[in-house]
Amino acid sequence: MRPRFPLATHVSPTDRRLSALVRHLGDSSASSMESQNPNQTISASSTAAFNGDSVFGNIVRAPEDPILGVTVAYNKDPSPTKLNLGVGAYRTEEGKPLVLNVVRRAEQLIVNDRSRVKEYLPIIGLTDFNKLSAKLIFGTDSPAIQENRVTTVQCLSGTGSLRVGAEFLARHYHQRLIYIPQPTWGNHPKIFTVAGLSVKTYRYYDPKTRGLNFQGLLEDLSSAPSGAIVLLHACAHNPTGVDPTIEQWKQIRQLMRSKGLLPFFDSAYQGFASGSLDADAQPVRMFVADGGECLAAQSYAKNMGLYGERVGALSIVCKTEDVASRVESQLKLVIRPMYSSPPIHGASIVATILKDKDMYNEWTVELKAMADRIISMRQQLFDALRARGTPGDWSHIIKQIGMFTFTGLNTEQVAFMTKEYHIYMTSDGRISMAGLSSRTVPLLADAIHAAATRVV
Amino acid sequence: MASRTAISRGILRRSSTFGVRSVASWWKNVDPAPKDPILGVTEAFLADPSPDKVNVGVGAYRDDNGKPVVLECVREAESKIAGNLNMEYLPMGGSMKMVEETLKLAYGENSDLIKEKRIAAVQALSGTGACRLFADFQKRFHPDSQIYIPVPTWANHHNIWRDAQVPQRTFHYYHPESKGLDFASLMDDVKNAPSGSFFLLHACAHNPTGVDPSEEQWREISYQFKVNGHFAFFDMAYQGFASGDPERDAKSIRIFLEDGHLIGCAQSYAKNMGLYGQRVGCLSVLCEDETQAVVVKSQLQQIARPMYSNPPVHGALIVSTILSDPDLKNLWLKEVKVMADRIIGMRTALRENIEKLGSSLSWEHITNQIGMFCYSGLTPEQVDRLTNEFHIYLTRNGRISMAGVTTGNVGYLANAIHEVSQSA
Repeated sequence: MRPRFPLATHVSPTDRRLSALVRHLGDSSASSMESQNPNQTISASSTAAFNGDSVFGNIVRAPEDPILGVTVAYNKDPSPTKLNLGVGAYRTEEGKPLVLNVVRRAEQLIVNDRSRVKEYLPIIGLTDFNKLSAKLIFGTDSPAIQENRVTTVQCLSGTGSLRVGAEFLARHYHQRLIYIPQPTWGNHPKIFTVAGLSVKTYRYYDPKTRGLNFQGLLEDLSSAPSGAIVLLHACAHNPTGVDPTIEQWKQIRQLMRSKGLLPFFDSAYQGFASGSLDADAQPVRMFVADGGECLAAQSYAKNMGLYGERVGALSIVCKTEDVASRVESQLKLVIRPMYSSPPIHGASIVATILKDKDMYNEWTVELKAMADRIISMRQQLFDALRARGTPGDWSHIIKQIGMFTFTGLNTEQVAFMTKEYHIYMTSDGRISMAGLSSRTVPLLADAIHAAATRVV
Repeated sequence: MASRTAISRGILRRSSTFGVRSVASWWKNVDPAPKDPILGVTEAFLADPSPDKVNVGVGAYRDDNGKPVVLECVREAESKIAGNLNMEYLPMGGSMKMVEETLKLAYGENSDLIKEKRIAAVQALSGTGACRLFADFQKRFHPDSQIYIPVPTWANHHNIWRDAQVPQRTFHYYHPESKGLDFASLMDDVKNAPSGSFFLLHACAHNPTGVDPSEEQWREISYQFKVNGHFAFFDMAYQGFASGDPERDAKSIRIFLEDGHLIGCAQSYAKNMGLYGQRVGCLSVLCEDETQAVVVKSQLQQIARPMYSNPPVHGALIVSTILSDPDLKNLWLKEVKVMADRIIGMRTALRENIEKLGSSLSWEHITNQIGMFCYSGLTPEQVDRLTNEFHIYLTRNGRISMAGVTTGNVGYLANAIHEVSQSA
């Protein structure tokens, strides 16, 4: 007797699957019945139906990134006088983002060159870009470069360069401990921790002087175990804007070399701090000149305005050419399972500019203009606060360097300025000078004055 | 006061006696890393001076002259973009416009899942970056889980989940004797894997074998996944490239979606838009509801932040410009079909050429397999002969990138394959 199956008017996907299985697995009589009457199906029992819960159902929402979250909040604010002094992206006098003329020119050349293709870059990136980036930071006549002791790999801006370097250290270096300055860019500790390093801090900023706590820095580095890694901001310290003097750098170098501490430079503002690419690279070059080893992460986000293109480089200065070559091969093993190879567009722009004498010069002029505008904003803000008789010593505004000023305002004062004046900054009181213009300086000065006098 | 200066003077006195040049390198114990098996092939090819050399190694598309191709739709999009927009940071999750268009490709143009905002999605660094974000995410939130990976698979899959510290297991996939799918063993492995296991599936055009399950087989796999409560992670690197029709190539994913699976998916524009070096892709995770999607997305962003902060803008702009413009999108669809058709044509030509030489072996797998790669069945030794005697470059697993085959070299390639395979 042939089995009879219930006729179903609605055929769910589940039912179709089961029917398919029956056809595969069932006996020949069932199969021939199926093929004769396609409307006959087997209904799924409720336990076979899939109402699956998500395997990620227990996850909680991650907190907003403290820095990028500032812009999110700013964007939501409807006030016409709102001011964004959060993220460190350069703005013109008109408050607009800036694409450098030389960058536009380079981009047009690239786009109009029909012979260019979009093939994969090598794992370590664009060769020209790597060579030119090394020369930019270490100097064109650097003996380390001439002796082929430097390996440079293209990475995703400063973040990517730091992460690749940190992963390499966690795998191949005998010391897992890295010292970072107190305070530092919010993303630094995350990068190093997730790469597998342990993070400690060394004293850096002195809230009393709003300058460098040099004694504290030397003491903390002196007590670091031999071989520990030390993160150094090459110039324009983020978030404080406080840099060691050249004399102080000399002492830092001597101390670090005597203790066998490994320098890891983060160079995100070369050229942006003083307006001079060479001057801003002095600390890094000083360390390389003594023949020792170090790491350096470079970013073109700010100094070439290439933020979203994610252009950067990691260089590792080694003792010998052979070591540099082996190190490079290991860097590839870090990169390949992360993103295979870096993005081509931004690096092509940089290489185009750096290898052309005219374009390079044009870049230095535009870079100096950005740095000068920021220096001028510092002066204007300082003058405005003095004119208002705002209580306190505000000279740190003109002593600090680079994109950021650590105002010294506390979290309550910051919250007050956001609420009453719609001025957005990170809660540590860091303001991006690049977000200021001659037009908005008075507003900021008023807000700081109000915070300094009404909120303590 | 006095004691503090005495301390610093003491530090400096000690340090000045140390010469740095006497210190040995910190890295002298670093071993040279092995060359990447896939990318190393192109390096070797470039170094070969032979005029007859053929590169069928890396999976990058070539036209019939063996030249890389920039799609017209990409050129047009690029000239629209260049000079018009700034280069500000994208949000951590990337270009939302690009992500939205990308989800439509995988999940369907009018997908309710997209309308209901149930998909957590972020722009990623091409397929590699998308897989890595997911692997890290899996490790963070299912630390005891493993990943089941097909045998064989793209070599870098192993590296990705290893670096994410997710233990790996394998499942049967390729059947060497038939050069097709080992469906029975695959189903056994799926059934026997502990409930709730994570599986990596190639949505279409399996790399390196070119062997895909049929639609019916996908339905059965999906059903068994439901029975076992497994998690399906699709790596879709070749949508449009396999059959020439992106909708058709997404069939496996659509089947799983119909069956109610909450999938994860990595998408890449490297091949189907020729944007290789731009590193454009997308990672998506389908959630129960909008609230959960927001949560999951926030966590994916937390993984991206200490890796690269935010993804590159240029490639994403190209993609969103093309996909949101009906004319450019149509142009793209045409160009994808041209690429896929050329490859299908080369498969036929290669098979016919070898058969014409009187080979006693079966070469029907060349036309049965689909996508960029053909798993030739050649042994590593035979591959070495192809390289050393004929200057033909391919990976040692016998994987031939059909994109590197042209009407100009197909005869030479067929002859060489016939030569080395006769003495099997």
